[in-house]
Amino acid sequence: MANDNNGEAYLRVRNLTKKFGEFTALKNVSLDVSEGEFVCFLGPSGCGKTTLLRAIAGLDIQTMGTVEQAGRDISALPPNERDFGIVFQSYALFPNLSVTRNIGYGLENRNMPKADIAARVSDLLDLVGLRDHATKYPSQLSGGQQQRVALARALATSPGLLLLDEPLSALDAKVRVHLRHEIKELQEKIGITTIMVTHDQEEALAMADRIVVMNHGVIEQVGSPEDIYADPASPFVADFIGTTNFVDGEVQAGGRVSVAGVAIDCGAALDGLNPGDMVTVCIRPEDVQVSTEGGGAGIPVTITDVEFLGSFHRCHVMPVNGAGQTFGKDIDFMIDLSAGRARDLGIREGMAVQAALPPEFVRIYRPVGGG
Amino acid sequence: MRDAAVAQAPRITPKVSSEDWIMRAVLVGIALYLTVSILLPLYAILSKSFKNADGLFVGLANYVNFFSTPALFWSIENSLTVTLICCVIVVTLAFIYAYALTRTCIPFKSLFKGVALLPILMPSLLPAIALVYLFGNQGIIKDWLFGYEIYGPIGIVMGECFYVFPHVLTIMLIAMANSDARLYEASDALGASKIKTFFTVTLPSVRYGLVSAFFVCFTLVITDFGVPKVVGGKYNVLATDIYKQVVGRQDFEMGAVVSMVLLLPALFAFAADRIVQRRQVALLSARAVPYQPKKNRVVDTAMLAFCCLIGLILVSILGMACFASFAKFWPYDLSLSLKHYNFDLMDGGSWNAYWNSIELAAWTAVIGTAMVFTGAYLVEKSKGFHSGRAAMQLLCMIPMAVPGLVLGLAYVFFFNAPNNPLGFLYHTMPILVICTVTHFYTVAHLTAATALKQLDGEFESVSQSLKVPFYKTFFRITVPVCMPAILDISMYLFVNAMTTVSAVVFLYSPDTALASVAILNMDDAGDVAPAAAMGMMIVGTAAAVRLVHAGLTRGILARTQAWRKR
Ligand SMILES: Nc1ncnc2c1ncn2[C@@H]1O[C@H](COP(=O)(O)OP(=O)(O)O)[C@@H](O)[C@H]1O
Ligand SMILES: [Mg+2]
Repeated sequence: MANDNNGEAYLRVRNLTKKFGEFTALKNVSLDVSEGEFVCFLGPSGCGKTTLLRAIAGLDIQTMGTVEQAGRDISALPPNERDFGIVFQSYALFPNLSVTRNIGYGLENRNMPKADIAARVSDLLDLVGLRDHATKYPSQLSGGQQQRVALARALATSPGLLLLDEPLSALDAKVRVHLRHEIKELQEKIGITTIMVTHDQEEALAMADRIVVMNHGVIEQVGSPEDIYADPASPFVADFIGTTNFVDGEVQAGGRVSVAGVAIDCGAALDGLNPGDMVTVCIRPEDVQVSTEGGGAGIPVTITDVEFLGSFHRCHVMPVNGAGQTFGKDIDFMIDLSAGRARDLGIREGMAVQAALPPEFVRIYRPVGGG
Repeated sequence: MRDAAVAQAPRITPKVSSEDWIMRAVLVGIALYLTVSILLPLYAILSKSFKNADGLFVGLANYVNFFSTPALFWSIENSLTVTLICCVIVVTLAFIYAYALTRTCIPFKSLFKGVALLPILMPSLLPAIALVYLFGNQGIIKDWLFGYEIYGPIGIVMGECFYVFPHVLTIMLIAMANSDARLYEASDALGASKIKTFFTVTLPSVRYGLVSAFFVCFTLVITDFGVPKVVGGKYNVLATDIYKQVVGRQDFEMGAVVSMVLLLPALFAFAADRIVQRRQVALLSARAVPYQPKKNRVVDTAMLAFCCLIGLILVSILGMACFASFAKFWPYDLSLSLKHYNFDLMDGGSWNAYWNSIELAAWTAVIGTAMVFTGAYLVEKSKGFHSGRAAMQLLCMIPMAVPGLVLGLAYVFFFNAPNNPLGFLYHTMPILVICTVTHFYTVAHLTAATALKQLDGEFESVSQSLKVPFYKTFFRITVPVCMPAILDISMYLFVNAMTTVSAVVFLYSPDTALASVAILNMDDAGDVAPAAAMGMMIVGTAAAVRLVHAGLTRGILARTQAWRKR
């Protein structure tokens, strides 16, 4: 779970539980965030990401558990005694203030000389590239520009922690991809510790140093984007991030699992399981190895359908064993092949191939809901 | 295991910041104000109804007395009769009028709308006085009543219909404006006839509006005092009975009993209306397409004729009052003069009363708006303190359910009680302001709450994260953005403070006589023309305030349109 051993953590969340009446939105969540890190909370809508973010901000204080920031216990403090800047999904820009006044809003209350405020706002306008729009009102800006005003306003007071709640979800796809890079670059430039909430896995993979995958109020996995993609800790994570084939398997003696009637080597992944146990075998479509010479290692399958998806082909396949073997009930097994590889193999519908599941890419889980 | 640790983990008690304390203190302050200005007086009048003149508890004796005196309890039947007749007439007329304004292509729609809103500008005494000039013993068209007398149920019904028409029309207009054009297209596509469309689409879509209009009309009519006071004659209704018991016979206990009897139907109508309104909100949340009326020669002509007729009636009643106020000696010398405006020479009237009314209205508008908007802000936007906010919300709704006469009499019992430390307020301008602010609190609160709900819910969170105190954000963001609604509230309070009679009629002193009360007293003393003149002063003032309000609103919208446009 959380990396408890990290003594240097800037933000330290321990055993956080949040209840709304009878409903428990967060269950015993623990998490460390290091200084300067960009962390994404990722999970389906309603899983508790915003709740966790608001608890960290003090906007909706948790029922139980503690939050420490920079070595200070802030668990019970109101937001104005904490040290963070926040950008909401709606941006919450003040409609009656110009861009300049919006950005300077937090500075005007700090006994700062007017000239210093103007200089700071001017720097921020440059930072987010809105110098030409300084005198406009929020309603005169595009969604992307409004988003950057909100960001500049949150950064103006140089907080130690930046919180972003789905900052890009109100924008259209193209702007979103563009702003993704901008936010990430900005964050690296100022080096501010940042937590961003998102339900978009692509966004999280592209931006985060570390991803916190959440589901039903608990943390499923914490890790770098690469780790989480390559080594999902649960079927939920495997399914939520990227595309994964889930097939039924049965443990056999000698560290092997039978899938669609064919035994596959799995080795240490089967520790703690006994022959005869039913398991779920996961493999990503691009990790399946396809060969055309019959009799090789792997499961003999027929290609039922080929989708052309730009840089690669996605093949849907069915086992061809005589004994009526399947991958499991209603399971659509997919194999992704690069365009070049597909050409080399002469992939087409109806073709019979061998699909090998290399042990290093195979993950074994107890069946979902069972075990 | 970790789960074991969870069970032991202590609950976090959020630290209440100094800002939270300020918010709570202000909220509690306003809640206390409402408690003192409505709950305690209501308790005072309730307990009074169970006591005898010496202040001893006599149980239900006063009620037994009420129900065994036919002259008293017949008033219930009288009240209900005229009220229900008015409801049927006004809801029907307002429905057709609203239909014409929203669903047909008649010309001059905004003119017709403006004319229909005229009665809002006057105390209900004034149309009743106009009716006397039209249909009274020396009335110019008294023959139109076929020998029946205007004094009695006929006059009450006519006057009340005039007085409540704009209130009912406003509700009908809102209900109609929100109907969904797609249903009409579907009905057209299915080849339904106009009549069938009307009964299957139009009526069902405004059913909540109709029910709501009915209850509002019911409450306004049964609690109104001005019209029956002037043209009621010997036909007693509950509202005039309270006045007669208290002012005429000095029987305060019976006044309290009749007040309780009047409070019941008002409470019931209020509760029913709230339930209906809640459903209507649910009905509207669907994405509807506004309806665009199509030209239809026959319907448009008929509707234009109807609107002209109603408009003419409304204008001629006001015109009659206006003319009567200028006519030298009705009906013998009809040359114009200003002599009836010389209020200082009349019994029961004075220019002082007029200026007192202006003062009352100004204080009510300023203090009321500040208090109502702040209260609504704290209810809507403060965090935590759920019980306090819920209690405040409930308190804000109570004034609407309490008829003005009941409120005024309750103030007499509460503030005039010998041991009340607030007794020094009795017979002063402040008590009139308190009473009026409270009397009209609910509608003002709902207007403010609606405007506040349209603001982004995270303004307060952002300002907390920037360490800007909430009151700075309140004054720099919330108030400017809500300025149109704030102006609406202050105008509403001002105009109502000018025109109200019922609550203040028990509370004024010779030093704080009011224009609306002066109308009543001059009419009582037989100075009917000066009463009409004072009424015209109120109409003129209220109209001027509305114009100023419209100008201010337009100016603000123009100046701020850069950021208001979407
Ligand atoms: N104020 C609230 N009262 C009751 N339930 C809430 C409240 N806020 C959130 N929830 C519930 O908590 C769960 C998590 O919500 P949230 O953190 O907003 O999810 P998301 O991951 O989409 O941001 C949801 O099931 C939501 O319905
Ligand atoms: Mg969320």
